[in-house]
Amino acid sequence: MIRFDQVTVTYPEAATPALTEVDLTIDEGELCLVVGSTGSGKSTLLGAVNGLVPHFTGGRLDGSVVVAGRDTRDHPPRELADVVGTVGQDPLAGFVTDTVEEELAYAMEQLAVPPTAMRKRVEETLDLLGIADLRHRALRTLSGGQQQRVAIGSVLTLQPQVLVLDEPTSALDPTAAEDVLAVITRLVHDLGLTVVVAEHRVERVAQHADRVVLVADGQVTIGSPAAQLEGSPLAPPVAQLGTRLGWSPVPLSVRDARRHAAPLREQLEPLAPPAHPGAPGHVVVDARRVSVQHREVVAVREVDLQVRAGEVVALMGRNGSGKSSLLWAVHGAGPRHGGTVAIGGADPADAPRPAARRLVGLVPQTPSDLLYLATVAEECAQADHESRSPDGTCEALLRRLVPDLDPTRHPRDLSEGQRLALVLAVQLTARPAAVLLDEPTRGLDHEAKERVAGLLAELAAAGHAVVVATHDVELAATVAHRVVVLAEGEVVAEGPAAEVLVASPAFAPQVAKVLAPLPWLTVDQVVAAVAASGSRA
Amino acid sequence: MARRAPGRNLHPGAWWLWAIALATAASRTTNPLLLALVVGVVWLVVDARRSEAPWARGFKAYVVLGLVVIAIRVVFRVLLGGDSGGHVIVRLPELPLPEAAAGIRIGGPVTAEAVLGSAYDGLRLATLLLCIGAANVLANPKRLLKAVPGALHEIGVAVTVALSVAPQLVESGQRVRRARRLRGEGGRGRHLVREVAIPVLTDALDRSLFLAAAMDTRGYGRRAAVPAASRRLATGLVLGGLVGVCLGTYGLLDSTSPRHLGLPMLLGGAAAAWAGMVVTGRRVVRSRYRPDPWRTAEWGVAGTGLLVAVVVAATGSVDATALHPSLSPLTWPTLPLLPAAAVLVGALPAWIAPPPPPPAASTPNPARPEREPVTAGAPLPAPAPPGGRSPSVPLPASTGAAVPEASR
Repeated sequence: MIRFDQVTVTYPEAATPALTEVDLTIDEGELCLVVGSTGSGKSTLLGAVNGLVPHFTGGRLDGSVVVAGRDTRDHPPRELADVVGTVGQDPLAGFVTDTVEEELAYAMEQLAVPPTAMRKRVEETLDLLGIADLRHRALRTLSGGQQQRVAIGSVLTLQPQVLVLDEPTSALDPTAAEDVLAVITRLVHDLGLTVVVAEHRVERVAQHADRVVLVADGQVTIGSPAAQLEGSPLAPPVAQLGTRLGWSPVPLSVRDARRHAAPLREQLEPLAPPAHPGAPGHVVVDARRVSVQHREVVAVREVDLQVRAGEVVALMGRNGSGKSSLLWAVHGAGPRHGGTVAIGGADPADAPRPAARRLVGLVPQTPSDLLYLATVAEECAQADHESRSPDGTCEALLRRLVPDLDPTRHPRDLSEGQRLALVLAVQLTARPAAVLLDEPTRGLDHEAKERVAGLLAELAAAGHAVVVATHDVELAATVAHRVVVLAEGEVVAEGPAAEVLVASPAFAPQVAKVLAPLPWLTVDQVVAAVAASGSRA
Repeated sequence: MARRAPGRNLHPGAWWLWAIALATAASRTTNPLLLALVVGVVWLVVDARRSEAPWARGFKAYVVLGLVVIAIRVVFRVLLGGDSGGHVIVRLPELPLPEAAAGIRIGGPVTAEAVLGSAYDGLRLATLLLCIGAANVLANPKRLLKAVPGALHEIGVAVTVALSVAPQLVESGQRVRRARRLRGEGGRGRHLVREVAIPVLTDALDRSLFLAAAMDTRGYGRRAAVPAASRRLATGLVLGGLVGVCLGTYGLLDSTSPRHLGLPMLLGGAAAAWAGMVVTGRRVVRSRYRPDPWRTAEWGVAGTGLLVAVVVAATGSVDATALHPSLSPLTWPTLPLLPAAAVLVGALPAWIAPPPPPPAASTPNPARPEREPVTAGAPLPAPAPPGGRSPSVPLPASTGAAVPEASR
């Protein structure tokens, strides 16, 4: 269905090609997962399938890409629209019309599908994706998972043979991601669609994939998921657990792993998982009965939140459950309609700005909103100036986070992870007692995510109180001491991370699902315990 | 009559034709009674047939704008009076001006003729505005764009996209303004513009590139092969035709221009543009999903509007004094019967147009948005922390301590 033949892609003004002599064949009806770190050439590979590379992005493509018998050399993306459907990471940014029904019809209008056929296909697609009740809704009012399903539907109406999805679930909470993945697997199984999907959250897709394409430094390998992911740092936690405990074949789903895990559970039964290092200190953040209201909607309702020095608290809950509103209310920059917040005894909303910055720092969901200067160095200097810190404080911080960052680069040219580090450095320049982060791992690859996890642990170790709102259950499992789960603006669960995460079907990390009901959260914990008990025996 | 027909949206073109026809009629007269009648008719129809959709809520803004126009018109005329003679109402202090500004006078006597004349003029302009406003309120502007001929399709899409960009800009502006507070006080004045504008604009650019790519992969811009000669012919026809339409409209609205500049020019231009669009339209291969039908009700609405325009224009050419009440000598304006009756016919759409569909079907469910919208603004004053003890902030001892070691 898709054939790459000696494909080399070079972008203008790039020293090295983004893809080098790639040979790849993807057969009809396959669900093919593309994994690789940021900048590995993953997006280029996807773009080459739908023709955006090089027709839209510029650059030079040597070799040939043939999709459903059409050479992308002679067919720009619009001429491939009836064989390749493309869905991006942010569905809202790709919508052309206002309502669900019009959006589904848009691509068909472009291809001059007769009106009667259009009407029929819109109805069929609405049913296929289970969104018939949303047909008249405005796209902007839909939830993230619904928007992503509409985006998939809007390309399905052309009845393509290939579906290309670039990070379809990275902005979604775990439950919404499940919805979207269920739709995708259904399309593969029922309609025989060939699906190429890139995803950083490998654990969500690996079990559904027929084959896995690994992209690294412009080189591409393809193979069965088990073979490709065995021993890879990109592998999902179940596969890592299997690899390190020598299970064969390497499990890719919780179900497979549980079959292997019976003896392991017996072995771990008498042991207690290690507690997080470092005893939390005194209470730094003391928020009581905080309420936030957006017009008629109560976003946060009388929530109490205490965070101690040296403690990482993970805020979890589906999209729209009030996580961000709570963070902003605690910070003082967002609205708060009730309750009190004391950070180190003072309310940051009342404190003058420079003093407030020493109390609390917030890294928002889109960190780039904070950046407006032309170079990294200027941003750092501005941060020093704003927080009345000695010159060079911010830059020193940044060097510790990202050692090899060129200070003359434009902040917009940085990778997501580097930009996050820059904003974090800017916010840490004032040395706030409490650090709040909103979805810090969104759009990050595995390596950057590990760095963030390490960073959060070190912030806590240095005595900061850290609150992180996240959908990323593996991140929460790795770093959080305590977890607070919000729903409809209220706290529905709160307690030590192991207790809360293991008990929740949506937020349990893979290791916990494999070992339930035992309270183990991460691969490292389990492997260390097994090694210890093995040496004792 | 479609009085009992189930609710549906009238074809936007019909509303626009009706509104433009009323505006044309209004532009032909300065008779305040007749203009007031037009305003009343427009108001009645808007009130009867507007939907609950978001775009249908802007009528008050047009009313306010109209009042502002009248006020500005009168105030300027009073201040820059000019010495035209007549009944002086009040004498303002006159501002002495240098020789060079001969012919311009600021202040001085204010005459009833000048005030009335400018008020009539302002009322005419305000009525025009109100007619256009009514069209905007009654017909979804986006559906009108969908109904444009094939040749203008791409422009239509561009406008649609631009319309959806505006709320996005507002949203990202709010987000960035909020984010500014996170960096402490930040800059002021010039810096403020930069701090907000640069992230918002880069964000908008990123979005538009992304949207362009998405549209490309969904088949936007597919073309049928058409020979170059016919393409040039089409371009010429469309351009020439549109120029003709502009000149014709001007001629029609301005009753002092020569007669042949009006209707004949407009019709000729429209014909040329239409022919050009037909030729161009062959290049654009596309179909339409559930287009708005054009039925009896549409004919009725557009027809009543045209009737008003034709009768008023005809009256103007027969008996100009009926439409332009005399200012010297000052007389009470009278309501000319025939044009007034015609304007009343313009109110018929309040009954013959089908009512808009119920809100559930036509407007988005105002469910709460997924992304937690945090509106910027000062939080309510919160009670002071209990105890009132001095802030003992556990600051990390030094930068080094606060900062994690560079890892990995």
